[in-house]
Amino acid sequence: MEKNIMVFLEYKKGKLQDVSKELLSKARTLAKKLGSKVLGLAVGYNLKNLPELGEYGADKIIYVSNKELSLYRSLPFAKVVISAILHYKPYIVLFGATHVGRDLAPRVASNLQLGLTADCTELKIGDYRAGKILYKDQLLQIRPAWGGNIIATIVSPESIPSMATVREGVIAIDEITPGKKADVEEFCVEFSKQELLTEIIEQSIEEKDVDLKGAKIVIGAGMGAADDHIMELIFNLAKLLKAEVGGSRPIIDAGYLSPHRQIGQTGVTIRPNLYIAMGISGQIQHLVGIMNSKRIIAINKDPEAPIFEVAHYRIVGDLKDVLPMMIKAYKGILKKS
Amino acid sequence: MSFNMVVLVKQVPDTSNIVEDAMKPDGTVNRDALPAIINPEDLCALEEAIKIKENSGGTITVISMGPPKAEDALRYCLCMGADKAILLSDRKFAASDTLATSYTLAKAIEKLPCFDIIFCGRQAIDGDTAQVGPQVAEKLNINQLTYVFNIAQLTKEYIVVKRDIGDGYEVCKSPLPVLLTISSKANTPRPPSVKRAMAYKNLKAQKGDNGLILLWDHNSIGADPNRCGLKGSKTRVKKVENVVLKTFDKKDIQPTLDCISGLLKELMEDHIIG
Ligand SMILES: Cc1cc2nc3c(=O)[nH]c(=O)nc-3n(C[C@H](O)[C@H](O)[C@H](O)COP(=O)(O)OP(=O)(O)OC[C@H]3O[C@@H](n4cnc5c(N)ncnc54)[C@H](O)[C@@H]3O)c2cc1C
Ligand SMILES: Nc1ncnc2c1ncn2[C@@H]1O[C@H](COP(=O)(O)O)[C@@H](O)[C@H]1O
Repeated sequence: MEKNIMVFLEYKKGKLQDVSKELLSKARTLAKKLGSKVLGLAVGYNLKNLPELGEYGADKIIYVSNKELSLYRSLPFAKVVISAILHYKPYIVLFGATHVGRDLAPRVASNLQLGLTADCTELKIGDYRAGKILYKDQLLQIRPAWGGNIIATIVSPESIPSMATVREGVIAIDEITPGKKADVEEFCVEFSKQELLTEIIEQSIEEKDVDLKGAKIVIGAGMGAADDHIMELIFNLAKLLKAEVGGSRPIIDAGYLSPHRQIGQTGVTIRPNLYIAMGISGQIQHLVGIMNSKRIIAINKDPEAPIFEVAHYRIVGDLKDVLPMMIKAYKGILKKS
Repeated sequence: MSFNMVVLVKQVPDTSNIVEDAMKPDGTVNRDALPAIINPEDLCALEEAIKIKENSGGTITVISMGPPKAEDALRYCLCMGADKAILLSDRKFAASDTLATSYTLAKAIEKLPCFDIIFCGRQAIDGDTAQVGPQVAEKLNINQLTYVFNIAQLTKEYIVVKRDIGDGYEVCKSPLPVLLTISSKANTPRPPSVKRAMAYKNLKAQKGDNGLILLWDHNSIGADPNRCGLKGSKTRVKKVENVVLKTFDKKDIQPTLDCISGLLKELMEDHIIG
């Protein structure tokens, strides 16, 4: 049997979501190990540029187009995915752990009696032994559990396909193959009234005011920066360094930054060249979002703060003193060069 | 106008307060070292049901699958304003993943004479999966609306809700019956009533059809033991690890203008900044 990997491609207003590109890229790596193909499942209406998804790793795009699929709704989308799984018999099916993926995947898993692992942060292929039975080529689904305090590896050896939802931003798109085209195959699904129960009356989408995921330098503000003057200094430094500003959950809850700027387990995962943690204690739920940073500078007045365990450069001091120094030092360097 | 409502509640270990001795040396969690609480968003779900009951009338049945001590959680729900509770407790239910859990819960719901709305929390803090709600809806073959933070309109035929969609929200309408998952944005759950707390102080779950907290096992709901508990679960834990994050090459930078200048220059030379 061919062990193909199906990726549910998530579109919003005709635009493919980043997490779907990340998943195609990951699927290509896994498919290489399995000697199999990557199938993208594109569900919507009037979707464009499907063959170009070959660049991210798709070998074939299965395209389900229907006016009823213009906006996401649980029942028709679940029917499409269930039908596609029954028809194409993939070995693995991946979804983004987005509001859509986390609404859709469990419905599909429940219908087909499949195991499903939510919110994975890493996927691998490996063997699993249960007593005397060795299951080869299993999808190892790695995810944080217990509020992030442990990392669990989950398998679902007895149900095929293995299904997982994967967090946005945790997978780096490692390679784009310019010019590579995927085959596109149309797949038709009809709906009955019973599947079109939800009526969407209105949608209100807030434009994101920041893109932390793509930023080269990110400054993270924590509760140690919960002060209007310190926040102003942080934004000044960010402007100088051409950095984006993000923060820990409590500083966002306190209203200093917008929710799009939250970094960590329940926020975004970042992978900048440089992360500067300002007044962040370094709890595990924050750290999981920053561990892909190439370098980390931490500034904290508590020398015992756990953030110092992961920082490459440790500055023990008060932000009120250190921030003005950083601004002055950087301005000095710019002047000289 | 009155509604038959079901609220699914789970008793969970309080993972937001993980203390040192809650982690065993092998990296697994010592459940007993953590206090058991009702999953916070399940209380938000119950609060929405109580508001509907206050405005339009109806009955609220809370259901929980769990060990015998989950009866405490159900007693709390009765004190908050639920009318009736069902505890699904059976050795055969142990070690259920979300698929087996949803099967068991759906079997129990099918035993009820009727329902208009089923409420779940958005997700449970022990697993953060958010899977059980949609999985129950699928098993009962009814519609679902997840991430709901506001119920805008409710009639005997349909419901209109506001739900989060990640980068915004949508307003949508569905006929009844429907399953909703409620997020903590929806409300602040009320405290239990003192009067009820006194009255229910010694209330216990009991087998049979009489009482405020019914105790049901797999026979009571006609569940196939092969689809419950560990047997009915498709996921297996291969391994758990304690999370240890550490960086090895570390430098201490003194908080002086010179040292910070030096650091910034170094980062510029490495093309990290500038
Ligand atoms: C399920 C779950 C999910 C979570 N998800 C996330 C998430 O996605 N992201 C996230 O960030 N958190 C998350 N959290 C919360 C997380 O556990 C921590 O509470 C949070 O990261 C702490 O934020 P903080 O470091 O800003 O605040 P604190 O822990 O209060 O730390 C403030 C730090 O600032 C230092 N400080 C104070 N004043 C100064 C000063 N003047 N100069 C220098 N240093 C100073 C202090 O020494 C301290 O170390 C989650 C928690 C749970 C349970
Ligand atoms: N054992 C259980 N008993 C009753 N309800 C549950 C149980 N497990 C999950 N739920 C419900 O499903 C929701 C989502 O749980 P989860 O999928 O574990 O994140 C919870 O907020 C509860 O409303």
